[in-house]
Amino acid sequence: MLYRESGQFKSDYAADQAIFPIRQDRIGMAAILFAAFVVVPLIADHYFLSTILIPFLIFALAAIGLNILTGYCGQLSLGTGGFMACGAFAAYKFATAFPELNIVLVFLLSGGVAAAVGVVFGVPSLRIKGFYLAVATLAAQFFLIWLFTKLPWFTNYSSSGVISAPPRSVFGFYVTGIEATAEAKYIFCLTLVAVLALVAKNLVRGRIGRAWMAIRDMDIAAEIIGIRPLRTKLLAFAVSSFYCGVAGALWAFIYTSSVEALAFDINRSFQILFMIIIGGLGSILGSFLGAAFIVLLPIFLNVVPTALGVPLSTATIAHFEYMIFGALIVFFLIVEPHGLARLWQLAKEKLRLWPFPH
Amino acid sequence: MSEILLKVENVSLGFGGVKALSEVSFDIVKGEIRAIIGPNGAGKSSMLNCINGFYQPSAGRIVYKGVERSAMRPHAAAAGGIARTFQNIALFKGMSTLDNIMTGRLLKMKRGFFWQCLHWGPARAEEIAHREFVERIIDFLEIQAIRKTPVGRLPYGLQKRVELGRALAAEPELLLLDEPMAGMNLEEKEDMCRFILDVNEEFGTTIALIEHDMGVVMDISDRVVVLEYGRKIADGVPDAVKADKRVIDAYLGVAHE
Amino acid sequence: MIDILFGPLKEIWEFPAFFAEVVIGGLLSGVMYSLVALGFVLIFKASGVFNFAQGAMVLCAALTFVGFEELGAPIWLALILTLGVMLLMALAIERLVLRPLVNQAPIILFMATIGVTFFIDGLFQTIWGSDVKRLDVGIPKDPIEFAGVQVNSFDIVAALIAGALVGGLAFFFQSTRIGRALRAVADDHQAAQSVGIPLQTIWVIVWAVAGLVALVAGIMWGSKLGVQFSLALIALKALPVLILGGFTSIPGAIVGGLIIGMGEKVAEVYWAPGIGGGIEDWFAYILALVFLMFRPQGLFGEKIIERV
Repeated sequence: MLYRESGQFKSDYAADQAIFPIRQDRIGMAAILFAAFVVVPLIADHYFLSTILIPFLIFALAAIGLNILTGYCGQLSLGTGGFMACGAFAAYKFATAFPELNIVLVFLLSGGVAAAVGVVFGVPSLRIKGFYLAVATLAAQFFLIWLFTKLPWFTNYSSSGVISAPPRSVFGFYVTGIEATAEAKYIFCLTLVAVLALVAKNLVRGRIGRAWMAIRDMDIAAEIIGIRPLRTKLLAFAVSSFYCGVAGALWAFIYTSSVEALAFDINRSFQILFMIIIGGLGSILGSFLGAAFIVLLPIFLNVVPTALGVPLSTATIAHFEYMIFGALIVFFLIVEPHGLARLWQLAKEKLRLWPFPH
Repeated sequence: MSEILLKVENVSLGFGGVKALSEVSFDIVKGEIRAIIGPNGAGKSSMLNCINGFYQPSAGRIVYKGVERSAMRPHAAAAGGIARTFQNIALFKGMSTLDNIMTGRLLKMKRGFFWQCLHWGPARAEEIAHREFVERIIDFLEIQAIRKTPVGRLPYGLQKRVELGRALAAEPELLLLDEPMAGMNLEEKEDMCRFILDVNEEFGTTIALIEHDMGVVMDISDRVVVLEYGRKIADGVPDAVKADKRVIDAYLGVAHE
Repeated sequence: MIDILFGPLKEIWEFPAFFAEVVIGGLLSGVMYSLVALGFVLIFKASGVFNFAQGAMVLCAALTFVGFEELGAPIWLALILTLGVMLLMALAIERLVLRPLVNQAPIILFMATIGVTFFIDGLFQTIWGSDVKRLDVGIPKDPIEFAGVQVNSFDIVAALIAGALVGGLAFFFQSTRIGRALRAVADDHQAAQSVGIPLQTIWVIVWAVAGLVALVAGIMWGSKLGVQFSLALIALKALPVLILGGFTSIPGAIVGGLIIGMGEKVAEVYWAPGIGGGIEDWFAYILALVFLMFRPQGLFGEKIIERV
């Protein structure tokens, strides 16, 4: 009975176009933000923050990035890891070359570098589509990782190839490096991700998002109504890679505190792809749901069998994860291509009609 | 006679060895409803594809608004004020009716990337202004109830209507309709005829249409051009075309037998 | 810079015998890519599905074969049992994945096969374990000299077997009833159905044949490098091969495989040392990418004409 929209009338188009046109949704979102910014840092322990919530936020950001390209613009990419690596190494170069530079600016700039690289690898999308393009993005994946591993300039000639993120602070609080607390890192990530998620939502619900979706649904028709295909696709590549780049920088600086190319190999690319398929193609909310699912599943596989008295070995857990991901992807593609996000929406629609079945 | 909007001069088009069009010439006058008819495979759709830049004619020229057109991509034709619908509906299936028609306004929306990110201030005002325009089209086409429905779920007749809406949203000077009534029942056809005539009268839009239903074509169009095997065999007002010997032989004759 | 680019050319000129060795070695390893690419082409032609799982099928076939061998089965029995498993897998994929997704966009089917890849990777490693396994089917691995050029005898045998397989497949497609039906399906699904060719049966056959090809590739590769997870990754290189050769062309798959195999070997031996080595990882992809820009349909593919 609580979830009703009756009595809420929209008197202008602005209200109808709001992100959350229904009042209960607005209240729900406010509650989630309040919990995330205030309650969680107060009650969560170090483990929960730094091994679950921070990677969740970073994954969600990368998933938003890939969702813009694949879910909204319809260009399949298997190079997400490569673009994340771009962001991570660019951030390292910026942070070490200009120690005075604000860390937020460093992250945004490194997102910009990733965006530029994304545009370069997006150029073939003018002539090729679908799985041809997927192969082209694999080129980006393998080439970029090789580049960051082999050229010592990127690691500032460090001998081991593994480098740790320099300490940097925001408003007097360390957010990277050894002295940074999990709470500070978490709040920093949360703020950045929340703002960027809002920007992504704004982009996809306006002119640009509609152009992307038009290209996705039927590129020829899109061109005939006046959309320039190359420009639109390259913009999607740029924005997508920007998000992936920032996510990569956050990953290296805040989650693992070390910059290494191997963290962004082809498996990372697949992992992000799974997030958006399971969470929902073409949905910002779905990017969060998918990221949550992929972060939580291994923990679930670890905890539950142990509790039941049949602990699984690490290798078995990894194999089970593979099987579950694979099966779920096929399942979602067959049953509900819009993923968890669509299931959530259906649940809300049911709730709206509750207790009547129809 | 009034101003000529588009002039096709000796246009030919070949695919490999097959000639889809050979030396076709005709013109479209501002404000008229111009029909292109002909048996299957006569090159009607190829003609429309040439006009909106999807195919490049292999010979001949197309003069639009008094300027000879060089080779161009379809989006340039759209920017020049040519909109069209398709024989097999080409809607964006994953988007709602409203969003589909809004895509027709894309060329008119100017706010840049920065404001789009914020979705605030000028971008929001622009969005709302165009939403109002689109709502007028929705009212005009009587599709208010399906505003938020994904078009993939709509029945065929309504999809055709949404596609017309998307073309109208661009406020075209020349509207190309490729078989707007194919596969419709009588009632839907009547509706569609009414929309086409209303568009022509109310907005003064010039319309070129391909249609198989002879009754409809002869009723609503001002002038008719007849193609057969990629050649023009007749051109004129409906009554003259109906009486033309070659047309009866090639086309209507078959139907009368 | 100039030295890095052109220095190797001088080297090639001065030591042609060594260059020949590199080329032949590259061609022979290219045969392996061709084999995997062949599996892709078969499935793509018959069902329009771009089967990302082909690489995983190579790994699964090899794992199963080694697994049965370790359980004490002789080679011929292990072969038959593995073939049976591949057939079962083909049946399951057709029933559980392809049939529910019929008429979906190609890109959706492609993503579904990525799901299949991970599922069977996980499943087969759960069953057979993920340790690196040695595979020996008794092919000699001695270097032999041939007109002043050293070649590994294993590579020669592998190339011969691959050649025999391709020949056998060509015969199967050209001259048998099933082969004709298959070609009909490849040309036009609906037309084939309307003359009474059972589409689903054809799909199962094609996937099973692709399984057989995967098995041969798996055994060859497995006995060269050991049976391990990285086989699935190496098999990914069949993707650039396909782009080079065209998705629908069997000769394309073979020629493409040879070009990629040779190209990356030559590049690795002569140019990689100048820029840090290890370019085998990406050379094939970049080559395919550059190629795509000029000839999107591949060497032997048909030109794509867009229609509205």
